[in-house]
Amino acid sequence: MSAFVEVLDGGLGNSIQDAGRPGYRHMGIASSGFLDPLFARCANALVGNPGGAACLEIRGIGPRLRVGQGPLRLALTGNLTASIVRQGGSPQELVAWSTATLDSGDCLTVGPVNGGTAYLALSGGIAVASELGSRSTYLRAAIGGLHGRLPAAGDCLPCARLGQREYREYQAEPWTHDSGPLHVMLGPQATHFSEAALAELLGQPYTVTPESDRMGMRLSGPRLAHRSAAAADIVSDAVTPGAIQVPGNGQPIILLADCQTVGGYPKIATVISADLPRLGQCRPGEELRFAAVDLEKSAEILAAREARWQAWVNGIRPYLPAGYLDEAALYQGNLISGMVRADR
Amino acid sequence: MSYEKDQPHLLPLGDGAWTVEFGDRIDPAVHGRVMGFFESLQAARGSSPALAGIIDIVPTFRSLTVHYDPLRGSGAALGEALRQLAGQARGSVVQGRHWSLPACFDDDFAPDLAAVAERHGLSRAAALELLCASEFRVYMIGFMPGFPYMGGLPAQLQTPRLASPRQKVPARSIAVAGEMCAVYPWESPGGWNLLGRTPVSLFVAGEAQPSLLASGDIVRWQPVDRAAYDAIAADLHSGRRRRLDFLQAGVPS
Repeated sequence: MSAFVEVLDGGLGNSIQDAGRPGYRHMGIASSGFLDPLFARCANALVGNPGGAACLEIRGIGPRLRVGQGPLRLALTGNLTASIVRQGGSPQELVAWSTATLDSGDCLTVGPVNGGTAYLALSGGIAVASELGSRSTYLRAAIGGLHGRLPAAGDCLPCARLGQREYREYQAEPWTHDSGPLHVMLGPQATHFSEAALAELLGQPYTVTPESDRMGMRLSGPRLAHRSAAAADIVSDAVTPGAIQVPGNGQPIILLADCQTVGGYPKIATVISADLPRLGQCRPGEELRFAAVDLEKSAEILAAREARWQAWVNGIRPYLPAGYLDEAALYQGNLISGMVRADR
Repeated sequence: MSYEKDQPHLLPLGDGAWTVEFGDRIDPAVHGRVMGFFESLQAARGSSPALAGIIDIVPTFRSLTVHYDPLRGSGAALGEALRQLAGQARGSVVQGRHWSLPACFDDDFAPDLAAVAERHGLSRAAALELLCASEFRVYMIGFMPGFPYMGGLPAQLQTPRLASPRQKVPARSIAVAGEMCAVYPWESPGGWNLLGRTPVSLFVAGEAQPSLLASGDIVRWQPVDRAAYDAIAADLHSGRRRRLDFLQAGVPS
């Protein structure tokens, strides 16, 4: 059964994303996808979706939505809250890391996000058309999302209708990313840099600047000197999200999901897969530190992170939102004499 | 870095990609080895368990990057397999596809043609003759979806980028900068010298192969007048002609 949500106001900086568009980088097409795949997986897990289902990624002012056809369940993850106005009811707050079930006509005002990246998952995932194997919005090529663009008033977000209206909702502890230095693997062009530059990168803090978008994040800090002026340029080669490229000015840029597929600046190091989601939560002014690991260690960190995520999923618990009759408690209280357990 | 005994370098691009580097210059011989490795890798992909985690293979001017899923297999085993295959790689034996793409050089499509010709002491006609006699090799696709970096520009046409980039380069503009020729698939800002325009789209998201060109392809420009340009554009739009119709006849594709 299908349900849908109408967009009353698209907000600012929001796009439909999923796990990304792998396999097209050789055609110059970015990977795209969630900036913070873990927060997105959490939102999807709360509503019972597969981890890669399409969500609304919220990076600024959240959208205003109205349920066109319900009931549907939604979940919010990130540093934000939302306000629900039900038909004929007073506003209720939806806190992040929990779900709500909305009926036709109910409205939701999301955000703004207080820094970082947040996700709104809808039951069944946002079922817009998939393009080149993904629903992720890639503005540069105008593919994915809503005909290649961001949500705007009048758009419809199709999703799945709940088969059975239940009064239980779900919640979990907020996911906390690993703290400590971001793990990087040195290279592929570490040899283009002086020993001092490598020591700076691994020893000094670098500050996130406001010049950040889905393509990349500029940092400022001690200058990362190239071995020579000539070493500041390379004949363009392939790049990937997480790569730390350093132009002639010595200030690093960490590439993100929508980055180009090739680039002409040397890459001193690359953030490992396990730590990529952390980049989605960086805010201007935040200080980042880096620690170098090898391939073996990066696999260990990734395995540990996956195990921790599985434990988080196992911690999702049902709860009864305020205002609903706690049927389970009534039954357990055995108020209905003789009817609770037929085997006794 | 040196490439002793022609041994390629295996470089980690994080824990999700390996770059195999065959040289540090733009050179048809280096690119030939890249494409030779690309072909042997494609052939081995189905049968080698070590290659099972590969997500994408990106050939560039001088290297080849293999993107993989670190949750679907060992990055170290993949690296070892790539090192062995790359060590055996010879120059490409498979010819890329040959394209004969229509190009119109009317003044409004070619705002920098006069300046490029004048810079090299050529007449407009002589500059176009050189351009259309050249065979361009696609080194890589990048910068934006479907954007081909092509080598083979004659020295008499090599020209630096514009001092001040344009805010808007029209889609399908044929452009040159340094020793490269390219086509802008989309309207975008750009600093290359615009010498003409093709009616053939370089990127169509709805097609099975969205990017018209691929690394290793060979492109020649076939000059057409404005009426022919318009007719081809209309035919492509209506579906009476397909992009593949511009593959050169009689050349293996």
